[in-house]
Amino acid sequence: MIDKFFPSAEAALADIADGATIMIGGFGNAGMPAALIDALIAQGVRELTIVNNNAGNADTGLAALLKAKRVRKILCSFPRQADSWHFDALYRAGEIELELVPQGTLAERIRAAGAGIGAFYTPTAFGTRLAESKETRRIGERDYVLEYPIHADYALIKADRADRWGNLVYRKTARNFGPIMASAAKCTVAQVRETVELGALDPEAVVTPGIFVKRVVRVAPSLQKAA
Amino acid sequence: MKKLDRNQLAARVGRDIPEGAYVNLGIGLPTLVADHLPKGREIILHSENGVLGVGPRPAPGEEDEDLINAGKEPVTLLTGGAYFHHADSFGMIRGRHLDFCVLGAFQVSIAGDLANWHTGGSDAIPAVGGAMDLAVGAKKVLVMMEHLTKKGESKLVERCTYPLTGARCVNRIYTDLAVIDVKPDGLHVLEMVEGLAFDELQRLTRVPLKRLATAA
Repeated sequence: MIDKFFPSAEAALADIADGATIMIGGFGNAGMPAALIDALIAQGVRELTIVNNNAGNADTGLAALLKAKRVRKILCSFPRQADSWHFDALYRAGEIELELVPQGTLAERIRAAGAGIGAFYTPTAFGTRLAESKETRRIGERDYVLEYPIHADYALIKADRADRWGNLVYRKTARNFGPIMASAAKCTVAQVRETVELGALDPEAVVTPGIFVKRVVRVAPSLQKAA
Repeated sequence: MKKLDRNQLAARVGRDIPEGAYVNLGIGLPTLVADHLPKGREIILHSENGVLGVGPRPAPGEEDEDLINAGKEPVTLLTGGAYFHHADSFGMIRGRHLDFCVLGAFQVSIAGDLANWHTGGSDAIPAVGGAMDLAVGAKKVLVMMEHLTKKGESKLVERCTYPLTGARCVNRIYTDLAVIDVKPDGLHVLEMVEGLAFDELQRLTRVPLKRLATAA
């Protein structure tokens, strides 16, 4: 019997090793798997490469992971925010490497990894400093920049409900990067509000089919937010 | 001369958004356009983080942390709205499905180059978000900005000195002084605020402007 339910976030993350590349879902705090990030910090793993749209807000979640100095490199589109002080301090001290990626290119590079695409041409960033030293090509009337997929060892995402096969549905804009990150990682761990019986999710409405999900951890709503 | 204030400028942009348009409003000043869309028009607002049909800000106490816009502010969903993931959301943008995007700007060049993401300072932490995707993707890129910097320098320039967001991407510029189209042969002034003479606008702007016969 397939059973992807794990008893705890700790158990679901126990095998992550130093140096891993980890995608973390969420756009700001919407969709951020706070309980999984807390467990990742407690697990103690270091020298991580993190993929997220942002670089942490305030003092919890991804910001706390950065503060704990577990991250060697981050790929994101929008690190600088009013409350991104932990990232800002590390960046100014030269203690973290930043790969800045336009948001749509970030999403498509993640999607491409999950879909087996070797590389793709995108018009975004052509003629800007974010395309410097990249291969370009004119196709028809438009200029394009060659971009490569982003693969990950793990994806930590947040969904609303899951069944034991790992089928997921999300809630509102908390969906954001979850479905594409789930497809791009060797091992996807989903933090969910509720687990349901097989068959309880409408097959027409499943957003992430279970093939993309290895582990599911139910986190009580009161613990969904970072401590 | 009567400069437009922020709300008047937002209303001026809003007036040009037609019924049925799919529109992305950038973070900051452009977001204000949402409050000034003409009543009675059905206009569908897109947000990069996976929403079509963004509605107004919720009443105090009604905020839902799972329902935010690209500026990470709480919003609501209109009846008929939809959610989708980030790759689909940016596919809509790059795939030329959005009729308009409205972006702020530090500088726009006479060729329609846009600079709005980086001041170029070596100590500045860069952050680009979805601006470069919107600049190349929307069918019409509208810029909304003050005509002059705080130091009184024109934000319309021969060549952008700040790092580019996109090359030759801007179609129309709305400032607190004028509405200006970017055309292959240069900048065309469509409108000026009340009490502003073309010669005065030209003097403030520095780069060459063309005056449409119909410009008031």
